[in-house]
Amino acid sequence: MGLKITSAGLLTTIQDTGRFGYMASGFSQSGAMDKDSCLIANKLVFNNDLEGVLEMTLNGVSGVFTEDCVIALTGADLRWTVNDAEVRRYKALEIKKGDVIKSAASRDGMRGYLAVAGGFDINPVMGSYSTNLKCGIGGFNGQKIKNGDILPFRHERNQLLPVYKGLEDIPVFSKNTPVSIRVVLGPQEDFFSKKGIDTFLNSVYTVTTDSDRMGIRLEGEKIESVNGVDIISDGIALGSVQIPSSGKPIIMMADRQTVGGYAKIATVISADIPLLAQAMPNTQIIFEAVSLKDAQKIYKKHRNHLNLIDYRLMF
Amino acid sequence: MENKNGIRFLYCGDTAVSVEFGNEINAEINNKIKSLSMDLASSPIKGIIEYIPAYRSLLINYDPGLISGESLIKKLKKRTASLKSAARDKKTVFLIPVCYDDEFALDIGNVCSHSGLSKDEIIKIHSGTDYLIYMLGFLPGFPYLGGLDERIFTPRLETPRTIIPAGSVGIGGKQTGIYPLASPGGWQLIGKTPVKTYDPEREAPILFSAGDYIRFCPVSKTDFELIKKDADAGSYSCEIIKE
Repeated sequence: MGLKITSAGLLTTIQDTGRFGYMASGFSQSGAMDKDSCLIANKLVFNNDLEGVLEMTLNGVSGVFTEDCVIALTGADLRWTVNDAEVRRYKALEIKKGDVIKSAASRDGMRGYLAVAGGFDINPVMGSYSTNLKCGIGGFNGQKIKNGDILPFRHERNQLLPVYKGLEDIPVFSKNTPVSIRVVLGPQEDFFSKKGIDTFLNSVYTVTTDSDRMGIRLEGEKIESVNGVDIISDGIALGSVQIPSSGKPIIMMADRQTVGGYAKIATVISADIPLLAQAMPNTQIIFEAVSLKDAQKIYKKHRNHLNLIDYRLMF
Repeated sequence: MENKNGIRFLYCGDTAVSVEFGNEINAEINNKIKSLSMDLASSPIKGIIEYIPAYRSLLINYDPGLISGESLIKKLKKRTASLKSAARDKKTVFLIPVCYDDEFALDIGNVCSHSGLSKDEIIKIHSGTDYLIYMLGFLPGFPYLGGLDERIFTPRLETPRTIIPAGSVGIGGKQTGIYPLASPGGWQLIGKTPVKTYDPEREAPILFSAGDYIRFCPVSKTDFELIKKDADAGSYSCEIIKE
């Protein structure tokens, strides 16, 4: 047994780092939108980094644990309580059979994550635990979590080990506004006029409510192209900033289609993807261009920061 | 960044590079993509995670912890400079059985009135060509096919259907294709295949790859049912010819 869901929230799915090796066949990459929070949740309970976790959107789940376990909550501040007492995020929590976990609308951030020590007892599909709703594969029966579902645990560990620690620095996603998002220009920046690129880099864009796991859709000034934005369809990288004929950017995220026919003015660097994943509707964004060399430096710094978490939890 | 042989290497952030072989849709350019993918598969470059072949470009996803974008492009430049078109001498054709009976060919009437041809002529034309799979996308395993005879080009339905069953074969404008799984869509349906082109339980979930060819082979409703029985049980394998 595991966690019996009494309230499933808006969109709750099991996700991991993504499904690799099938994009050539047209399968979306899937995976956690905020991979950092997913990774940290797993690290907090000493799971394998590739374990599946619950991803919850704007609203968390509520439910009853049907066995003892250890969990960790990361990402958005979903006002978590256990047996009506507030609990901390970014810390391993010891849970007893019968404990009631509750959450509510997010106070900060768009997506919350719940990891259980030992992981959920589900089978990987095509090498991944991630749910792909379009194909109905992966995760919990290929579907989003519903009221009444019982999410089974592998329950290899149900006691708080003495080494379990929490992290002190809990991220505040809406701290900086507007949020600065760094991009490398290209692959098709030559489809846009100088004025178009200036607009892109110097105006404030707003995250709209029709953003989802496929793409973050932005409202703001139209980006001028030289001669239209239609290209011969090509592959779409994570974080591609696609400019459709409306001139309003769409940033391609975890559930993006693998190929598409709109020009992409820039690509968000990998370290800043989690910031976008946590941007609630109406969040303001400004884009900042960096060179590929700088993007690489930022990547290394970011990766080192994540690697250090293992040590910080142990010592 | 352009090579002397006209190949462009485009940055896609810090995790991907696009290798662009040209700016049009034709089999020769597409063949180069197949050649590069085959080359990378047979002698991998450390750090490459996977790649997405498209009409005229290959998107290469890499791990920036293992290789930098610049050194990847350097290596790719070398590879593409000495690329042999190994793919061209082997043409892999998947023979896909299709039942064109009225039960499945819901819109063949539209194709008839648009083209001025009879049903039999349309079936003969549609099944008389080998179609190159330029790329897969839109849905898992949805083949973007080149080579549809212009006599049977037909505009999409004015009102798309909310659900098109898996296996449906249709025409949308200048293209033809197979729906690998049930999906909304606006294509004119002219038949259905009993073969599962997509099966998440199969070792290779998608039957074919970009660069392969598809030939549609007309079958009767009786044969359709027989093949479907085997296909559903997982015991049907599509005939494949290499030429």
